[in-house]
Amino acid sequence: MRVMVFVPGDENSEAGKMPSQELIAKMMKFNEELVKAGVMLAGDGLTPTSKARRVRFSGSHRAVIDGPFAESKEIVAGYWIWQVQSIDEAVEWLKRAPFDGGIEVTIRPVFEPQDFGRELTPELRQKEARLRVEVERRSKP
Amino acid sequence: MSGEGVGTARSAIEAVWRIESARLIGGLVRIVHDLALAEDLAQEALLAAMEHWPSTGIPENPSAWLMTTARNRAVDQARRRQMQAGKHQELALRSSEPSSGVPDLAAAIDEDLGDDLLRLILIACHPVLSTEARAALTLRLLGGLTTAEIARAFLASEPTIAQRIARAKRTLAEARVPFEVPRGGELSARLSSVLEVLYLVFNEGYSATKGNRWTRPELCEEALRLGRILAERFPREAEVHGLLALMELQASRLRARVGPSGEPVLLLDQDRSRWDQLLVHRGLAALARAETLCQPLGPCTLQAAIAGAHARARTAAETDWPRIVALYDALSQLTGSPVVELNRAVAVSFAFGAAAGLELVDALADEPALASYHLLPSVRGDLLLRLGRRGEARVELERAASLAQNAWEKALLLGRARASLGATSPGRTGESGGDAAAAPSSTPGLASEPPRR
Repeated sequence: MRVMVFVPGDENSEAGKMPSQELIAKMMKFNEELVKAGVMLAGDGLTPTSKARRVRFSGSHRAVIDGPFAESKEIVAGYWIWQVQSIDEAVEWLKRAPFDGGIEVTIRPVFEPQDFGRELTPELRQKEARLRVEVERRSKP
Repeated sequence: MSGEGVGTARSAIEAVWRIESARLIGGLVRIVHDLALAEDLAQEALLAAMEHWPSTGIPENPSAWLMTTARNRAVDQARRRQMQAGKHQELALRSSEPSSGVPDLAAAIDEDLGDDLLRLILIACHPVLSTEARAALTLRLLGGLTTAEIARAFLASEPTIAQRIARAKRTLAEARVPFEVPRGGELSARLSSVLEVLYLVFNEGYSATKGNRWTRPELCEEALRLGRILAERFPREAEVHGLLALMELQASRLRARVGPSGEPVLLLDQDRSRWDQLLVHRGLAALARAETLCQPLGPCTLQAAIAGAHARARTAAETDWPRIVALYDALSQLTGSPVVELNRAVAVSFAFGAAAGLELVDALADEPALASYHLLPSVRGDLLLRLGRRGEARVELERAASLAQNAWEKALLLGRARASLGATSPGRTGESGGDAAAAPSSTPGLASEPPRR
């Protein structure tokens, strides 16, 4: 199974401050372990939300909002995509990460084809798309 | 570890085991020089963990805990053996002489552990073993699969697999296979034996040769994981990256490869929007690494390049068939394999027309290696159909169905045979043969073409 691991940001990451040399070194070592174990598929750190943009959808209108975005607790500062056998394995890997200071890191399993079952067939996806259009049309005032 | 109940503790221990077992067994082999004993010791350490961890919590360094526990068992056993042998065990234990019979465990433990996993892979894939035995042992020791799981994966009975694994361990012991990681040229030779096993496991997952399921993704995942580990350890080995690229690219198509009822969907009929772009990207990156490391390209890298050509085509119609033909030419020269030649014929038929393809297929008619290979009549049937020779096509497709061993493949071929007489669009049917034989990259045929350097 594949999981996505979300690392939250804080004031420092939002201020664009780099972590300490020590933490960077530890994190590099942890990443190396993940790669060596064939677990890591992808992973990156994200720039502060001052460089981010949001697009708000409302009917046919699209509003573009510039960062920064407040409430840094909800800000994602980095992510990994891991290939593991179970979420327990992901937990065991995550426990080895060099985080500290009360930070909470979230593991979210990615949907697998079997989670969708038959919905994933092209015909059914088309049907679903048509349905969505219909619902959208009807829900309009 | 507060907040974790006994149930979650158990699954957490299993997760730790999944992460640590191979390295643990590899480290123990280095110390006790006996694969079966190393595995037993590791199992005993696991049992001890199951006993203690639910109450004490998982230790901060579970790997060291398991190793220490296993090592203590090893010392106990060595003592017991010496006692049975009536030797002066106390003397021997206190002596630091390595020849005393008790390995100098403490010192051995402190050695660099970096190679332990590799050591285990190389032992499990030792050329003294048959490919089937290597695959079973690899899944058991590296993948942590149970005998029952391996039996299911290869559609063999549990006793058969248990016996195969036991015999493999015996063979290794009798052959006095050295447990050191070889260097230089010998390492390269041993690596190719590993690649062969990974590809066998991957292929069995990708298009099961037998049974009712068309794919077994769990086998593909395990082969991929080991391939990724190897590529990390051998950044300069072109063919390791080549095989990894091939597996990543093929795996990217796994979910597009099975229809709603579990039936196969062949390459040219697949919904390409369902290809896994992360794996495509990783595969193309690994291919680029392999291509820069070694020219001319080795067999794994050539197959990966063919898979890459398919991955780059946004629609089936955009496939660069002339390039694929050129890659097959190179692969055919390298391997001289009739299976590759058959795949080349299909590529030629798409690049230069069905008649040109049929000519090449007909040249393979008397090839003994293909006598009972279902894809030969399958490809021939498709080409005949594209040429409008429907009666002959039907005979070939029926023959192919009778030779196929996978239930889905059989059904697919029978369906095509039935449709062949009434076919209104022979071209379409012909195209669907693409994956079965054309796409080298995805053909079961390649299972019989283990990568060799």
